[in-house]
Amino acid sequence: MAEMSYLEAGALALREAMRADPRVWALGEDLGRGGVFGQYKGLQAEFGPERIVDTPISEAAIMAVATGAAMLGTRPVVEMRFADFALCAIDELVNQAAKARYMFGGQTRVPLVVREPTGRWRSSAAQHSQSLEAWYVHVPGLVVLAPATPADNRALLRAAIACDDPVVHFEHKNLWPLVGEVPDEPEPAPIGKARRVREGADLTLVTWSATVHEAVRAAELLAREGIGTDLFDLRSLWPWDREAVLASAARTGRLLVAHEAVQVGGFGAEIAATVAEELGVPVARIGAPRLPVPYSPPLEAELEVDAERIARAARRLLDRPVRRRAVSA
Amino acid sequence: MSAGFQRNLDVERVKALLRTMVAIRAFEEEALAAQKEGLVKGAIHPSIGQEAVAAGVCGELRRDDVLLSTHRGHGHTLAKGADPFAMMAELMGRAPGTSQGKGGSMHIADFSVGMLGANGVVAANIGIAAGAAHAIKLLGGDRIVCCIFGDGAVNRGPFLEGLNWAAVYRLPVLFVCEDNGYAATTRTRELTAGPGPLARARALGIEGEVVDGNDVLAVSEATRALVAAVRSGAGPRFLHCLTYRLAGHTGADAGTYRPAEEVEARWKRCPIARARALLEAAGVAAAELDALEAGARGEIARVAAAARAAPWPDPALAWTDVQDLGAAVRAEG
Repeated sequence: MAEMSYLEAGALALREAMRADPRVWALGEDLGRGGVFGQYKGLQAEFGPERIVDTPISEAAIMAVATGAAMLGTRPVVEMRFADFALCAIDELVNQAAKARYMFGGQTRVPLVVREPTGRWRSSAAQHSQSLEAWYVHVPGLVVLAPATPADNRALLRAAIACDDPVVHFEHKNLWPLVGEVPDEPEPAPIGKARRVREGADLTLVTWSATVHEAVRAAELLAREGIGTDLFDLRSLWPWDREAVLASAARTGRLLVAHEAVQVGGFGAEIAATVAEELGVPVARIGAPRLPVPYSPPLEAELEVDAERIARAARRLLDRPVRRRAVSA
Repeated sequence: MSAGFQRNLDVERVKALLRTMVAIRAFEEEALAAQKEGLVKGAIHPSIGQEAVAAGVCGELRRDDVLLSTHRGHGHTLAKGADPFAMMAELMGRAPGTSQGKGGSMHIADFSVGMLGANGVVAANIGIAAGAAHAIKLLGGDRIVCCIFGDGAVNRGPFLEGLNWAAVYRLPVLFVCEDNGYAATTRTRELTAGPGPLARARALGIEGEVVDGNDVLAVSEATRALVAAVRSGAGPRFLHCLTYRLAGHTGADAGTYRPAEEVEARWKRCPIARARALLEAAGVAAAELDALEAGARGEIARVAAAARAAPWPDPALAWTDVQDLGAAVRAEG
C-alpha cells in the first residue's frame, strides 16, 4: 500500500503495463515533456521516444494511427490532452476503431486505450471543460471508464490496457492532485464493477468521476438529517454494474443519479430508466443544465453539481409520494 | 510504344496482369447483375475502367504486406489475393462472406492476405495505414503498407495528417491516389486547388510519380520502383494514377452528369483492351488471349453461382464480435 496522487496512479499503471508488455506504447502531444498535466513524467526517460511518442497536433491521425497499429498487434495508449479535443478524432474512434472488429467479422481486434482528461477545471470555459462520456457509452464496441480515486485510476487503466477492445478512459482534471491509498497489486477485473462508497437504507445514489466526492459530502449532509444514503461510485460506465445498482435500489426504494455532464441525454438517464423499468421505484437525476461551460467563476458555478444540490435533489426525491403501480392480474 | 520496348515486353507478366484485370471486371459485372436481381442489397461502387491500378499496384505487393482500400475496393482486394467466392458471398450478405455478412461491399477485408479493409469514409484509411506502418516500425521486419485512396480524399484533413505523420516518422507506406476524375458525381478538378495530389505530397517531402493509370505495365513498373524504395527504409512514397471510372459512382448511378462523348472516348482507353493490344503487338495469339480471358471470367462465374447458393448467416451472428466486456445479449425467444 502506498499513498499517491490520482495523476501518479495513472503514470504507475502505464509504467507497469509497459514494463510487463513490450507491445504497449503511448502516443500524444507533448508526452516527452511529461504531458500537459505531468501525467507522463519520467516515462520517456525510462522507455525512450519510440514507446512514449511525441506527436504532431493531429488528433485524427493520433487516433487513426493507434487504430491501425492496434490492428497489427501493438497495444497503443492514446493521449487526447482534453476530452474536448477528442472530438477531432471522432470518425477515427467511432467509425473505425469501435467498428473494425464487428464489420470485418471478427478478423481483427483493436486493443487501444484513449485517455481523455475530462470535466470542469480552473475556468477553462466551453472547449476545455466538457463531460461527454454519454456519447461514448452510446457506441457499440467501446468500453467506457471514469475513475474517481487514485486506486481506481491505477486499477482501471491497467485493466483498460489489458482489454482487447477499445477503451475510453476519462480522467478528471480536478482529481489529478487527489492523494489516496493505492494497493501494491491492482484490483483484478474491476471493469463493470461499482464501488460501494457508503451504506444507507433510504436512497440509492449513483455517480462517478469527480462528482463522487461531492456525493460523499452530500451523503454526510443527509446523514445529519437522519437520511441514509447507499452511495455507489460506478467507475465503469460501459459495462455498468446493473446488478449492484438494482439490488440497492430494490432495498432503498429510491434512486438518484448525479453527474457533472449535462443532464439532458446524460448517462444518468439510462441508469434511471433501467431502474424505473426493472423496479418501478421513484427515480431522479441531477446533472448540469444544458449550457456550454462559461469562463467566469460566478457563471461557471451555475453549472455545479455540488454536495448541496445533490442533497436538495435527494430530499425532493424522498418527499415525492410513491405512486402505486397498476398491477395487472 | 516503341518497337524496342515491345520486343523486350515481359509477356508472362502482362498476361498475369491482364488475367487479374479481367477477373476484376468480371467480378464487378457479376456483382452489378446480382444487384439488379436484388441479390446484392447494399450499395456497390464499381471500379470498371480502373482495373489497371488495382492489378498494377497490388501485383507488386507481397502477401504479408498490408493494404488499406476504399469504398471502391473490390479490385484492390481481389488483386491482393482475397478469395473471390468469399467476397461475392459478402456482397450478397451470406454466411461464408469475408466478414460473415456483417460488412458488405464497403467493408470488404481479408486479413489473411494483409487486406485490412475497404472503408466507408473517404480518406479514413490514410491514418490507419500510417498506424499499420508505425506498428511495423515498432515490431521490426520489412513489410510495407500500401494505402489506396481516391482523388476526392486529397481534400479531407486525414490526407494532410496521415501523410505528414508517415513522413515525420519515416514510415514504410506507399500512398496511391487512384484518380478517376470524379469525387462521387462532381468533377474533382473543379473543387481542388493547386497543381494536384503529388504536389501536395511533395510539399510534405514525399517523393513520387504520376502515371497513366490505364496502362497496367506503367503502373506496375512505377509501383515496383516505389515499393523498393519504401521497403529499403527510405520512408513513404506517393503514386498518382490517372484513370477514369467507366461506370457510375454506385451501381444505381447512371452517370448522366458526364457527357456521353467523354465516357465514349474513355472506353477507347479501357485498360483491359490496351493490355490485350500490347500482348497482340508482341505476338501473342488472339486465341490464346481469348482463352485467358474466358478462363478468368469462367472462374468468377462459378464463384458467383456458388455465392448465390450460399447460406444466410444465423441471425444470432448479429450479436457476436461486438466487444468482450459489456456485449449486448440476445433475449431468449
